[in-house]
Amino acid sequence: MPMSNPPVTIDPALQTEVSRFLASYAECIDTDRLEDWPEYFTDDCLYMLQSRENYDRGLPISAIRCDSKGMLVDRIVSLRNANIFAEHFYRHVLSIPLIHSVDDDNIVVHTNYVVFQTLLDGASRTYNVGRYLDTLTRVDGELKFKEKIAVFDTNQIATLLVTPI
Amino acid sequence: MQTIPTVDTDKFNLAQTLEDWPQAGEGFAVPYSLFTEQEAYTAEQERIFRGETWSFVGLEQEIPEVGDFKSTFIGETPVIVMRDEEGGVNVVVNRCAHRGAKVCRSLRGNVPNLECVYHSWAYNLKGDLIGVPFRRGLKGNGGMPKDFDMKQHSLQSLRVEIFNGLVFASFSSSVADLETYLGPMASAAIRRIFNRPIKILGDERQRIFGNWKLYSENTRDPYHASLLHMFHTTFGLYRSTQTGVSKMDDNRCHAMLTAKAGSSSAEADAEAYANQRAFNSEFTLQDPSLLKGKLEFEDEVTLVILALFPNLVVQQIANTLAVRQIVTYGPKEFELVWTSFGYVDDDTEMQGVRIKQNNLIGPAGLISMEDGEAVELVQDGIQSDQNNVSYIGMGGGRSEDADHLVTEGTIIGFWEFYRNIMSGERKV
Repeated sequence: MPMSNPPVTIDPALQTEVSRFLASYAECIDTDRLEDWPEYFTDDCLYMLQSRENYDRGLPISAIRCDSKGMLVDRIVSLRNANIFAEHFYRHVLSIPLIHSVDDDNIVVHTNYVVFQTLLDGASRTYNVGRYLDTLTRVDGELKFKEKIAVFDTNQIATLLVTPI
Repeated sequence: MQTIPTVDTDKFNLAQTLEDWPQAGEGFAVPYSLFTEQEAYTAEQERIFRGETWSFVGLEQEIPEVGDFKSTFIGETPVIVMRDEEGGVNVVVNRCAHRGAKVCRSLRGNVPNLECVYHSWAYNLKGDLIGVPFRRGLKGNGGMPKDFDMKQHSLQSLRVEIFNGLVFASFSSSVADLETYLGPMASAAIRRIFNRPIKILGDERQRIFGNWKLYSENTRDPYHASLLHMFHTTFGLYRSTQTGVSKMDDNRCHAMLTAKAGSSSAEADAEAYANQRAFNSEFTLQDPSLLKGKLEFEDEVTLVILALFPNLVVQQIANTLAVRQIVTYGPKEFELVWTSFGYVDDDTEMQGVRIKQNNLIGPAGLISMEDGEAVELVQDGIQSDQNNVSYIGMGGGRSEDADHLVTEGTIIGFWEFYRNIMSGERKV
C-alpha cells in the first residue's frame, strides 16, 4: 500500500465521487439508518475498528472486526435488539479524502475522521478520532468498501462502543 | 457576606461506616457512600492498592527482552514494569527521586536505562540511580551536597512475583507470598489457562465513569449474565443445558465463576452453532462463523471469570482469553485494560478463531459491552441519598459458594473481604 506521495493528478470526477461516497457513509450512520450501513460494503469485505496502539504494533485485536457483510448485519441486529446502551447521537466530520492509488480494481483512499457523541443530557464529547484506511472497489458500477480499517487515536473508549464508526 | 453554616451531621465517616456496616434484614447491604466518597477512595489507595495486596501489573510476555518496559498503574500510582540484564522483572514507582517527575513517558518500549527528562537523572533497569548531571558541580560551581549518597535516591522499588507469566507487585513487605495470597482456587485457575507459552494479540482500553468496585461486583455477579447480556438469547443461542458454579477462596478475597456450554464435544458444539437457525428465535446470525470455536480444555469449561482482588480479571469466554486490569481514576472513574492472548502453538486457524471471537468481548464486545453501561447506571443512580444502601440477596444473602449461577454470594464475599482489609483486619 503506498503510504506517501499520492498521485498528483486525480480525475476530479473520481475525487468527487469518492468524497460523496464517504460523506454518504457518514450520513447513513449519523442519521441512524444503520440497516443500510452494510450496503456500503462488498460481501466479502473487511471492516476493522482498531486502536492505533494495536495497529502500530501489528497486533490483530480490534474493537470490531467483521470479515463479511453478514457480520456487519449481525452487528446491527444485535445493536437494535440485544445490546443495552445509552441513547446517543453521532456526528462524523471527515477530512478531504486523499486518494493514494487507483488501478483497475481498487481505489486506496485515506480520510481523517472525528466522531462527536451526544448523549441525552445534551453534552457532546469527542468520542472517537482517527483515520480511515479504505480500499474501494466497484460492484455493478457502484463504489463499495472492500476494506475499511478505522484506526483510532482515542484510546479510551468511553463506556462502550456499539454504533459503528 | 453571609456564610452558610456547614452541616456535619451527615458527613461521611469511613471508620464509622466500616464499623457500623448497615444491615439489610435477610440480605446484605452496601452503603452508597463507598462508591462516591473521596475519603473512601483515598483510603482504598493506601489500604488496598498500596496496602496488604498483590496487584497485577502485566504479563511477562509483554516485556520479553532485556530493556523492555511497560508503564502502567497500581490503583492510581504510576509504575514501570521492566526487564533487567539478568532477565529479572522489576517494578518501580514511576516517579523521579529528585523532584517527583514521571520518569517514563511512553506506554512501552525498550531502553538501556531510564532517564528523567527534567534534569537527566538516570536509573538502571532495576531502578537504581546511576547518574546525576553536575553532581560534583561545573567548574567549581554547584554540585550536590558532599554526603549525597546515590544509593539513597533510587526509584521506589516494589516487591515483585511472577506466577505462570502473570506479573504482580506489592507495596507491602508484610503481605504473604503471591501463591499464598492467590490461594489454591485462583492458583489452579491461572495454571489452567496459563498452561503453556502465550502470545499476546492486542490490548483494548475502556474508560468507565463509575466506581471501580462496581466492576468488582459485576465480575462476581453471575445473576446478571443472562439478563443484561442478551446477545445469545436474542439470536437463539442460549442453551438451558449450561451449568455453572460460583465460588470463592477461603478468605473470600478472590472469586471465580465457571460454566460449561453443555455440549459434550467440539463437534456437537460446532454443530449446535452451525445449525442455530433451527433454534426457535426471531433472529438468526447471518454469519455464524463468529461463534464457531473449539472445545480446548479437557474439563469442557467454556466460561471462566476469575476476579482477583484488587485489580484483575482473568477470563476465558469460549476461545477468547484475556486479562482485564483495573486502573482507578478517582471515586467515579476507572480504566479497564483488556489484553487478549492466545498460545504460541496456536495454528493459523486457531488464532483466527480467537481474533474473530474477540468481537464478543472488550468495550465493543457483543456480550460484554453492557457491563460498562451497568456500572454507570448504578453510579448515576446513587449520587444522592448517600445514607442509603444497595440490597444484595440472590442466593440467600450470604457469602457462600454455589453450584449454580442464580446467586450473589460472591459479591457479598467481596464486601466482607473489603470491610476487613479497609478496617485493618485482614485475616490472611
